Amino acid sequence: MEHWLPFIFVCVMGIALLAYVILDGYDLGIGILLPFGNDEEKDRMIAAIGPFWDANETWIVLGIGILLIAFPKAYGLVLTSLYIPVTAMLMGLTLRGVAFDFRVKAGAEKKKRWDVLFFAGSLVAAMAQGWMLGDYITGLGNAGVNQLFSILIAMTMPALYVMLGGAWLLIKASGTLHDKAIRWCRLALLPMGLALLLVSIATPIVSDEIATRWFTLPNAIGLMPIPLACALCFAGMFYLLRQPHIVKSGYGWLVFGALVVICLMAAIGLAFSIFPWIVLGKLTIWEAAAASDSLLFTLIGTLVTLPMIIGYTIFVYRIFSGKAEALSYE
Amino acid sequence: MDHEALLLSRLQFAANISFHILFPTITVGLSWILLFFRTRFTLTGDQTWEYAYQFWVKIFALTFALGVVSGITMSFQFGTNWPGFMERAGNIAGPLLGYEVLTAFFMEASFLGVMLFGKDRVSNGLHLFACAVVAVGTCFSAFWILSLNSWMHTPAGYRIEDGVFYVANWWDVIFNPSFPVRFVHMINASLLTAAFLIAGISAWRVRGRVDGPATWLVLKTGVVMAAVLAPLQIFLGDLHGLNTLEHQPAKIAAMEAVWETERAAPFTLLGWPDESTGETRFAVRIPYAASLILTHDANGEVRGLNEFEGRHPPVAIVFWSFRVMVGMGVLMCLVAFWCAWELWRQGTLGKLPLTALSWMTFSGWIAVLAGWYVTEVGRQPWIIQGLLRADEVVASHPGGTVLGTLVAWLVLYVFLLVSYIGTLRYLSRKPARSLALLHEYGTAKPDAPAGAA
Repeated sequence: MEHWLPFIFVCVMGIALLAYVILDGYDLGIGILLPFGNDEEKDRMIAAIGPFWDANETWIVLGIGILLIAFPKAYGLVLTSLYIPVTAMLMGLTLRGVAFDFRVKAGAEKKKRWDVLFFAGSLVAAMAQGWMLGDYITGLGNAGVNQLFSILIAMTMPALYVMLGGAWLLIKASGTLHDKAIRWCRLALLPMGLALLLVSIATPIVSDEIATRWFTLPNAIGLMPIPLACALCFAGMFYLLRQPHIVKSGYGWLVFGALVVICLMAAIGLAFSIFPWIVLGKLTIWEAAAASDSLLFTLIGTLVTLPMIIGYTIFVYRIFSGKAEALSYE
Repeated sequence: MDHEALLLSRLQFAANISFHILFPTITVGLSWILLFFRTRFTLTGDQTWEYAYQFWVKIFALTFALGVVSGITMSFQFGTNWPGFMERAGNIAGPLLGYEVLTAFFMEASFLGVMLFGKDRVSNGLHLFACAVVAVGTCFSAFWILSLNSWMHTPAGYRIEDGVFYVANWWDVIFNPSFPVRFVHMINASLLTAAFLIAGISAWRVRGRVDGPATWLVLKTGVVMAAVLAPLQIFLGDLHGLNTLEHQPAKIAAMEAVWETERAAPFTLLGWPDESTGETRFAVRIPYAASLILTHDANGEVRGLNEFEGRHPPVAIVFWSFRVMVGMGVLMCLVAFWCAWELWRQGTLGKLPLTALSWMTFSGWIAVLAGWYVTEVGRQPWIIQGLLRADEVVASHPGGTVLGTLVAWLVLYVFLLVSYIGTLRYLSRKPARSLALLHEYGTAKPDAPAGAA
C-alpha cells in the first residue's frame, strides 16, 4: 500500500491535468480566437463553451488539489518556484472567467472592453501554463537555457489551445462560423506541429536524464508508437482540413479526436520522462507523499465520486450536444 | 524570516480571501432563494415567481463566476505563499480540501451549466433538480472548507510526529469543537446577506420606478427572511462566542480588550485599545457586563491578555472588527423588523424604509468581513491554534516580489468590485419584465393574480 498509493495518486493527477488541458484548452483557445470573429460570431463562439467552461476549469483544481493532498512537499516546492507564472495564470483565468458574464450584463457599451479582457485573459493563462510546464520539465531550474525552453513552451501552448478551440467549433458551430473555424484550424495546424516538434527536440537537450531515457535501447523502440501516433494524427488533420466537405458533413469531431490523441501521447511521453520524480531530480513521488492513512481516506472518496463526476459530466455534455446556437447568457 | 515578506504575504492572503468570501457568501444563500422561486413557480404556475427567478439567476451567475475564479486563486495561494502549512498539516488539510473538490466543485459547476442554459433543453423537473443540486453543492463546499478552517482554530483528532501532523481520528478532525457552530453561523450569514441583497436591489428598483409585481414578491421574500434570520444570527453568534471563550480565550480577551484577568469585568462598549500602554483609551464601559455575557455570572472571572504575553492577536483590529460585526448585525435586525412590520401593516413600504433597505443592500458583506477578521486575525500569531505559527510556514520570497503581486491583485480586485456593483446597478435599472403583468392586471400588490402565463 505504501508503495502503490502514491503511484495511484500520481496517475489520477495526470489524468486530471490531461483532462484540464483538453477541456479548458478548447475554452481558452476559443478565447484566443475571439477577436477574429465578428460581433454575432463572438456570441456564438461563447455560447459554444458557456455551459462547460466552469466544470472544465475545475479539473485544474482537482489536479492541483491532488498535488496538495498526495504530495504536500512537492506542492509547496513547485508552487513557490512557479510564483510569477502561477500569479499570471490566475489573473488571466480570473479575467477570462468573469468576462463570460460581464460582457453580456455590464451594458452594451462595455461589451467590447470585456471581449478584449476575455481574449487577453485566455492568452495570458495559456502562455503562463506553458511557462509553468517548461519550468517544471527542467526541474524548476533557473539557468538561461531553461528560461529559453520555458519561453518556447509558453509560445507553444496557445497554438495547441487554438487548435483545440478551432476543432471544438468544428463540432459546435455552423454556417459562416464553421467556415472560419476550418480556416483557423488550417492556419494554426502548422505552427502547432512545429512547436510540438521543437519542444520534443528541446526537452532531451535541456535534460540529460530525459535524454538517456528516450535514446537508449530498448526504450527507444518501445516508445516509437508515441511519435508515430502523433505524426499519423497530424497527417490526418492536415488532410481533413483540406477537405471541407468531409468536415462539414459531420466529421469535425475527427479533428478534435486527433488532437485528443496527440495530447494523450504527449502526456504519456511526459509521464515516461519524469516518473518516478514528482519534481525532476529533487523529489520522487514516494519522498513527497503524504501519510498512507490520509491517502487511503482520500482514495475512498475518489473512488466513489470520480465515476459520478465522469457520469454527470457526460450527462451534461449530452444535454448540450449538437450545434450551439441560441444559448444566451442573458 | 524576513519580517516584511511575512507581513506582505499576510496582506496578500487577506486581500485574496476577503475578495473571495464576498461571492460565495451571496451564492450559498441565493442558490436556495432561487430554488424557492423555481419551486413556487412549479407548484403554483404563477409567472411572477418565474420572472423573479429570471432576474436573479443572472446576478447569481455573475456572482458565481466571481466566486469560482477567486476560489481557484485560493487553491494555489496556499502553496505559493504558505508552503510550510501543507508540508506540516497536509495530511489533514489535503483530504478536507480534496473532498470539497470531489463532492462539491464538479457538481456545482456541471449542474450550474444545466441551470443557466438548459431550460429549453431539459424538462422542468430536471431543471428544478439541477437548481437543487447547485444549492446543495454550495453547502457541501461550505461544509468542507469550514471544517478545515475550524480545525485550524480548534485542532482535534491529530497527533504530531517530528513536527508533522497525522490523523488520529477523522471524525474528530471533521467535527472538531468549533465546526458545528461556525458552520451554522456562516450558512445563516449567507442567507442573511442574500436576503438583504435581494431586498436592497428590489428597493433600488422600486425607487427607480422600474418595479413590477415580481420585484415586490422578491422584496417581501427578502424582508421576511431577514426578520427571521437576523435575530437567529445574534443567537448563533452568542453560541459561537461562548465556544471561542472555551477554546481560544486570547481571542476573546482581544475582542473585549480585557488587559488583566479580572472578576466582575466591565464590558467596553467603545474605546481605543492601545497595546503599547496596555490600556483602552476613551473607554465607555458597562459595569459587570463582560462577566455577565461571557460567564453568565456578574462576578465571573474573565481571562485577560496578560495571560497570553506574546501569544495574543493585535488587539485594536480584533476589538473594532467585533464591534462593526455586532453593530451591523443589530442594525440589520432592527431594519428587518421595521420593514416587516410596515409590510404587515400596510402591504407596501414607504419612502423611508425603502431608502433604508437600499442603503443596507451590502450590509451582509460588511458584517461577514468584520466577522471573519475577528475570527482570523483573532487566531494570530497562530496558523493552527496553539500548535503552529504563521511565520513558521511562510514562503521566503523577496519582499519586492510579494509587494508586486499584492499591488497587482489589489488593482484587479478594485476593478472587479467596481464592475460588479456597476453591473448590479445597470441590471436593476432595466424595467422589470413583470411590469407586463402590472399593466394587464392593474395591480402592484405582492399578491398579484396567478396564472398570468
